Amino acid sequence: MKKSLWMGPSALLFMLTSQAALAADAGAVAPQYKWLTFAVFGAIIAMTMFVTYRAAKQTHSATDFYAAGRSVSGIQNGWAIAGDYLSAASFLGIAGLISLYGYDGFMYSVGWLVAYITVLLIIAEPCRNIGKYTLGDILAFRNNPKAAKIVAAISTVTVSTFYLTAQMVGGGVLVKTLIGIEYEVSVIVVGILMLTYVVFGGMKATTWVQIIKAILLVTASILLVLLTWGQYGFSLPGFLQAAVDNPDIQKQVAKLIGDAATNMTPAELGQRFLEPGLYLKNPIDQISLGLALVLGTAGMPHILMRFFTVPTAQDARKSVIWAMAIIGGFYVLTLFLGLGAAMNVTAAKISAFDPGGNMAAPLLAQYVGGGADSMLGNLFLAFVAAVAFATIVAVVAGLVLASASAMSHDLYVGVFRGESASSQEQITAARVATGIVGALAIYVGIAAKGQNVAHLVALAFAVAASSNLPAVFLTLYWKKTNTWGIVAGMLVGAGTAILLVLLSPNMTYPLAKVADAKKVLDGTPAAAAVEASPAQGGFMCELFASANCKKAVKAAAEAPAKPGAREKLAKAEGELATITDETAKAAKEKEIAGLKTTISKAEADLKKFEGQTVSMMGLEKPWFQLKNPGLISIPLGFLVTILLSLITRDRRSEEMWDELYVRQNTGIGAEAAHAH
Amino acid sequence: MTTTINWAAIDNDPRFQALHKRKTSFLWGLMIFSLIYYFLLPIGAAYFPDLFKIKVWGPMNFGILFALSEFVVAWTIAFIYTRRANRDFDAMSAEIVRDSNLG
Repeated sequence: MKKSLWMGPSALLFMLTSQAALAADAGAVAPQYKWLTFAVFGAIIAMTMFVTYRAAKQTHSATDFYAAGRSVSGIQNGWAIAGDYLSAASFLGIAGLISLYGYDGFMYSVGWLVAYITVLLIIAEPCRNIGKYTLGDILAFRNNPKAAKIVAAISTVTVSTFYLTAQMVGGGVLVKTLIGIEYEVSVIVVGILMLTYVVFGGMKATTWVQIIKAILLVTASILLVLLTWGQYGFSLPGFLQAAVDNPDIQKQVAKLIGDAATNMTPAELGQRFLEPGLYLKNPIDQISLGLALVLGTAGMPHILMRFFTVPTAQDARKSVIWAMAIIGGFYVLTLFLGLGAAMNVTAAKISAFDPGGNMAAPLLAQYVGGGADSMLGNLFLAFVAAVAFATIVAVVAGLVLASASAMSHDLYVGVFRGESASSQEQITAARVATGIVGALAIYVGIAAKGQNVAHLVALAFAVAASSNLPAVFLTLYWKKTNTWGIVAGMLVGAGTAILLVLLSPNMTYPLAKVADAKKVLDGTPAAAAVEASPAQGGFMCELFASANCKKAVKAAAEAPAKPGAREKLAKAEGELATITDETAKAAKEKEIAGLKTTISKAEADLKKFEGQTVSMMGLEKPWFQLKNPGLISIPLGFLVTILLSLITRDRRSEEMWDELYVRQNTGIGAEAAHAH
Repeated sequence: MTTTINWAAIDNDPRFQALHKRKTSFLWGLMIFSLIYYFLLPIGAAYFPDLFKIKVWGPMNFGILFALSEFVVAWTIAFIYTRRANRDFDAMSAEIVRDSNLG
């Protein structure tokens, strides 16, 4: 029986991947080297299937399924946290940001590591000491168990769904860009693999898949950095000097800063790449994002859940230390990957594959291996592509496990069955819930095809920071916290974060899209000189739109009219007829093809937004000015929890305080490791 | 098991109170320091760009050095906390657990 269950998914996978190999036509990997990628993919999948098979044989109880029998060591858990946390967005995305924007990309990575200080100092050990399987268990310790578990489950599913959607959609696009597998196929393959790991092997299999992925990721990055940095004799100033002197980086900076570049020497342009301000332009938005990262990570259900897998609080501590070493070390490596890609692959080529820069690390791998036509180059590319794929699967598995446990353990067993389910019933409920969440993840991944989901990751962190963190933190450390406080605080915190994002610049505003498209097609008319004027309306205008607000205007000289793409095309076509030189003719033809693509894109936009004037929330332009809502929603989450706790009484919350506080500090009565 | 332990008594034990006091001030201190140090980075990059552009070692400027220092500081805080917890807090709580006859 077990055997046939095992053959099912792998046979299906084989069918899907071989079909995909036939359908593959685009992507960074050249068709004649596709087999290499599939060989590496196959090896990694075989390895993860083996650990899942072994884990499945050891998974007999709810504690095995949700918490790997609490038998994961500190070091193993540290690697698994890193594997869970370093999503494709941070693995490929940050290297990409550095390759396109230099310093700002590196600065962006810092918050992702600092987040673990919060986890280490205030969350990891207390949660291990008083928790069992889920966020809901921690909150239910001294608050009304049913109410706490219901809100915790709602919040867990909300946060995980946002994060999951971003991973599924991002993963589908990524696999298509890398190897040309159809989007739907890759979403389904990711979904089936992840379901196989979680349904059969529970937390044990998930942990090992995450460990394998983290080791592969770190190995690939170290190898790439050695090969890239080695060209510059492992000298840091030498490496940076090479970046400054690189003509492609200078060209990229000139493109980014536009008119300001005219008076700068090439050396100044290159140096500018190592200075802030090319990408992150709104400091208040950055602080808002930073707050969401630093407080949100500690409230992420799939991260919290990892601390229930170790035997003691000391192991939880050790696992954060290992995670911080791996995650931080990895981000330092991305500085070299990003700059190396900018120098060797060039920003123009990277953004031609993907405007977000996700292809920087894979293309760098191809380059250091010997280039697009070499066997070794394509083997490296295949390896990085396979690691990216493993990354998506590992992160998705962690998220699905977190949502499924909220549904089965908190809602079904805790609320619906009143904690009276047998071990067998609990594990069945967990597997059924995993199946439901997994199927939903595949459905959402396919339904959201083509949607802009990049802001969903930041939203997931903002909701976790505004809802879960205040509730967990205050339950653990503030005596007066009670059920009313956490229920209201979590609902208001999460609701505010979501609402503000719906009213923010992240949404699509048809009027702006139409104006942009018209500007591309028809150009801009000549403009008179502008005098500088200061901003009006004060700090509130940085946050909310209102009639009294006026943005600061920089002084600008008279600007001549700029031609649109249509005018440029007509001119280029006219010139083409007069050119006789073959190479010049080919260049002109390329320019014309480029202009035609630009025009058809802009015309498609015009058509798409024709007749529309408002966003899905009925706004012509964003009301909330920041992309990240954390700055408002996090303090609000705390405030509502505190206020409601002060004005209401809840005897259980008060009576349980002594026990909770003693237990979270001493570990007396903590859930013991499960011996096999 | 919960009925057999007098939690309030442990809570009032002077040794537990001492652990609580030392832990609280230590953790808050580290937490606040690390938050301030972290937010200095985006604030400095936005409002003191000229400082971030000062070259200190070849093309390496203050900004890159500061961003790298964020990693070093995060690791140092983790190291300081772990050393203190391993040496002091664990021993203090082990003693309390032993005397509560639960060890």
